[in-house]
Amino acid sequence: MTVLVKVMLKGGVLDPQGKAIADALHRLGYTSVADVRAGKLFRIEVDTADPGHAREVGREMARQLLANPVIEDFEVSLETAAAAGGSR
Amino acid sequence: MSTARAPRVAVVVFPGSNCDEDAAVAARTTLAADVRMVRYDERTLGDPDLVILPGGFSYGDYLRSGAMARFSPVMESVAAFAAQGGAVLGICNGFQILCEAGLLPGAMLRNAGLRFVCRDVWLRVESKRTPFTLAINRGDVLRMPIAHGDGNWTADPDVFAEMKARDQVVFRYVSADGTQGGAANPNGALDDVAGICNVEGNVVGLMPHPERASDAVLGGTDGARLFKSFATTRLAMQVP
Repeated sequence: MTVLVKVMLKGGVLDPQGKAIADALHRLGYTSVADVRAGKLFRIEVDTADPGHAREVGREMARQLLANPVIEDFEVSLETAAAAGGSR
Repeated sequence: MSTARAPRVAVVVFPGSNCDEDAAVAARTTLAADVRMVRYDERTLGDPDLVILPGGFSYGDYLRSGAMARFSPVMESVAAFAAQGGAVLGICNGFQILCEAGLLPGAMLRNAGLRFVCRDVWLRVESKRTPFTLAINRGDVLRMPIAHGDGNWTADPDVFAEMKARDQVVFRYVSADGTQGGAANPNGALDDVAGICNVEGNVVGLMPHPERASDAVLGGTDGARLFKSFATTRLAMQVP
C-alpha cells in the first residue's frame, strides 16, 4: 500500500519559505494569495495489504523521523488507486 | 600535587561533517588534548573528558539538519555520556543534531532571510553555568564566524520561558558593543539565541564556530576562550 505522510510547520511557527513563495506569487500578479505555507509530502510504499497497519506504520515513522514535533505537525493517509492515477 | 594528564577529547565524525579536523586542531592547540576521531558507526567514545559534535552537513542535511545523524549508532554513546554528566559541545550542525536528538530543547528553522549566512558575528555570554563559559564573564562579547542556512533556533513559548528561568540561554547574538537588536541577529533565532545548554549545563550547543576562532592565524582567538574555560573547569573538578 502507498502511505502518504504530509508534514507541515505548526500554525504558530514562522515559515520563511512560505513567506518568500507568497511574495513571489504576489510579484507574478496573484494578488488574491493571502498566505502560503510550505511543507513536505512523503510517498512511502509499505509492504502490507492491511490499511490499518499501513496507517499505523506511517504514524510511527512520522513520529520517529519524518516530523520534528517541536515545530511540525503531520497527517497520514493512504493513496487510493484513483488518486494514484493522477489528476489534471 | 600531581601533573594532570592531557584531556581526552572525542570528535564525532558523521558522513558529511566538515569541521571535524578544525575541532580536533582547536582541541589540540587550546587544550593540548589527546584527540580521538570517533566515526558515526562506532559504539564507544573511548572514555573522553569532552565530546565535540562538529559542524558540517551530516547526511547532506536531508529531511532536516541533524535529523538523520541523531540515529547514528554513536549517538547512543553520546546520549549515555551526557546523561552521566559528561561535557558535550555541539557546534553548528552539532547543535542541530543535539536538538534533533532531544539532548537540547528546541528546533532549527530555515534562516529568516532564507540565505546561507557566512560571516563573523558577536556573541554575548549570558550564562556561566556551563564548563565552556564558567571561566568567562557574563556580558563578555566574543567574535566568531557563522556559516549556516538553518540556524533559526526556536522553541515553544512555555519551554523557552522555563529555559530562561533556568539560565539555559548561554549565548545571544549582539552588536560589537554588546547590545541586542537590529541586524545583530543573523538568522531570526528566537530572542537572539545563539547557544543554549541543557538543564544540567553539561550539554551545550551553539551555531557560531569557536574552533574557527581559536588561533590568531585564523583571524580571532575568542573561540579559544570556550575551550580554555573547559580546561579551567576540568582542573577545578580535579579530574584524575
